[in-house]
Amino acid sequence: MAKPVAAAKSEAASNQRPFYKQFTPEQLKEALRRMCLIRRFEEGAEEAYMRGLIHGTMHLSIGQEASAVGATMALRKTDYITSTHRGHGHCIGKGADPKLMFAEFFGKEEGYCRGRGGSMHIADVESGNLGANGIVAGGIPIAVGAALAIKQQKRDDVALCFFGDGATNEGAFHEALNMASIWKLPVVFVCENNKYGMSVSTERSMAVANVADRASAYNMPGVIADGNRIEDVAEAVTTAIARAREGQGPTLVECKTYRTRGHSRSDRNRYRTKEEIEEWKLRDPIGHFETELVANGIATADEIAAISAAADAEIAAGIDFARNGTDPSPNDVTRGVYTPGNPS
Amino acid sequence: MNAPLRELTYAQAIQEALATAMEADKRVFIMGEDIGVYGGAFQVTGDLVHRFGEDRVMDTPISELGAAGIAVGAALAGSRPILEFQFSDFATLAMEQIVNQAAKMRFMLGGKVSVPLVMRLPSGSGTGAAAQHSQSLEAWLAHVPGLKVVQPSTPHDAKGLLLAAIDDPDPVMVFEHKLLYKMKGEVPEDAYRVPIGKAAVRREGRHATIVATSIMVHRALEAAEVLAGEGIEVEVIDLRTLRPLDTATIIESVKKTTRLACVYEGVKTLGIGAEISALIAESEAFDYLDAPILRLGGVDSPIPYNPVLEKAAVPQTPGIIEQVRNLVKGRI
Ligand SMILES: Cc1ncc(C[n+]2csc(CCOP(=O)(O)OP(=O)(O)O)c2C)c(N)n1
Ligand SMILES: [Mg+2]
Repeated sequence: MAKPVAAAKSEAASNQRPFYKQFTPEQLKEALRRMCLIRRFEEGAEEAYMRGLIHGTMHLSIGQEASAVGATMALRKTDYITSTHRGHGHCIGKGADPKLMFAEFFGKEEGYCRGRGGSMHIADVESGNLGANGIVAGGIPIAVGAALAIKQQKRDDVALCFFGDGATNEGAFHEALNMASIWKLPVVFVCENNKYGMSVSTERSMAVANVADRASAYNMPGVIADGNRIEDVAEAVTTAIARAREGQGPTLVECKTYRTRGHSRSDRNRYRTKEEIEEWKLRDPIGHFETELVANGIATADEIAAISAAADAEIAAGIDFARNGTDPSPNDVTRGVYTPGNPS
Repeated sequence: MNAPLRELTYAQAIQEALATAMEADKRVFIMGEDIGVYGGAFQVTGDLVHRFGEDRVMDTPISELGAAGIAVGAALAGSRPILEFQFSDFATLAMEQIVNQAAKMRFMLGGKVSVPLVMRLPSGSGTGAAAQHSQSLEAWLAHVPGLKVVQPSTPHDAKGLLLAAIDDPDPVMVFEHKLLYKMKGEVPEDAYRVPIGKAAVRREGRHATIVATSIMVHRALEAAEVLAGEGIEVEVIDLRTLRPLDTATIIESVKKTTRLACVYEGVKTLGIGAEISALIAESEAFDYLDAPILRLGGVDSPIPYNPVLEKAAVPQTPGIIEQVRNLVKGRI
């Protein structure tokens, strides 16, 4: 979105969280709008899938909207993100247009990857999103590489890297964090810990209790945020981004959250209980933020209803746009493998 | 008369082989991602964790390189590990242990050790899973001396080749095809083995030989059926093992039919077809050839997401029919 700014002081603001001062009311309402867009996007994608309009698989981030938007709202357009297989939220958070995302889902030429990538590879390079990734932890070293380039070019941008709890068990995570730290690179590691890597809980797959605990091995701050509360995520990430921009190196931020849908379409939820899912549904990040916006005098109930309705309409229009898109020609199957115009 | 044989799906046949091996040999165990209560991404391990417990059906963290190395170490120290990769694409994260360690350990140590491990690799396109979940990397691994590479195309062979792989003292890579998991076929109940290194002639013919692998065997058989209606009799060989290659079966067939087509899903360039073509060019069958050799393989592109492009990226039955017809009619 834009730079956080200091909002005017009011009496009510004295015990207000910094979040509500770091961002303008417009920015805060925009954050809610993006969270609503993510939720509707996921629901729309799921429905299109159920109706057989989309093939392949998809990983929905319903329940994780606060970490996606909270982590991206302090970024500038020239900052980078790398994302994951569960990346629709990150993409919208960084400013992608849902209709072009839907076009990608529907495999159309108008899509962000011209129908070649699909859900797992959505990227919006213009908005600084270097891409979702089908390989768990694949994006982590790539973000560090982008941060290296930023440093080489003496820019004051940052790279922010999303990944799940399961990804922290890959060698790529450990190698990347170490190099980011020894070279003091401007990168922010944002782990969305939703308790499971597919069916395997963090208790069964990690030797430490928190992903943030891993930061000490790489001599960087490890911060835990409530991933279902946007103010918590945004405050932690804003601090980490400031550190990175000032040349103080990387931070690992762990957002504790939960995906209320299955891992992907093949999930039968055998590894967790209904009670656990229901419990987390009660901690809905969107409902929480709406309540906070009203309590902090930033938005009225009517404004919130309007934001939500606008998101509905935008998603419906996006699906229509995508359905009417252009199918690629089979003659173009090998197009785009190499950069054109190069001797080969 | 024999009672009709029992039918199982390809996935069930693999599961039966796993259970049979674990029952017969306490040293056998399986490891992989989400193979326990989840039952495996393709439900191959199913409820084996309930039958054999978490010590023998081990969910690993998402750590392919580590898991592959642990399989190598366990094999060296007397266990019989079977490692499931969730998708064959993720074996790329484990290449170090597969290629530098598992494959070479016996040789490097002067033949003093064996590495009896099995890796199962669900592969292939056709599910809309896009470029990083749809590859056919079998030729990569078949390029490495020290590994054996098999590619079952039927439920029968899925069970028999896996049991042979588990018996084998050397590392065996089993490439399964994701689109075949639900395919049904006859599977005997006994613990039979399908020998590694032996191709199968699936259909006899005298005008051309198709050497095919995995799912392409079925497409080749469909093509052969159509061509038979036109009076073109095609012999279809299911390669079954890429390394060691059953050269005799291929050479004999080509000497008989005088024409060769290779049909495989992996990228055509520098792939399986190149090896088989060279084999014929270097053999006595070369003098028998009445036409240039035909290779039908994957295009030089990652697998696209869009379903139309995805299909266009690998051989399909109509294309096989057309090209083999041209081959026999001297139009190539
Ligand atoms: C290298 C690799 N191994 C395995 C997979 C299969 N896979 C896809 S997502 C996933 C779970 C990832 O868990 P986590 O990192 O916690 O992210 P979440 O799905 O919970 O968002 C697995 C095992 C993969 N895509 N890449
Ligand atoms: Mg997770």
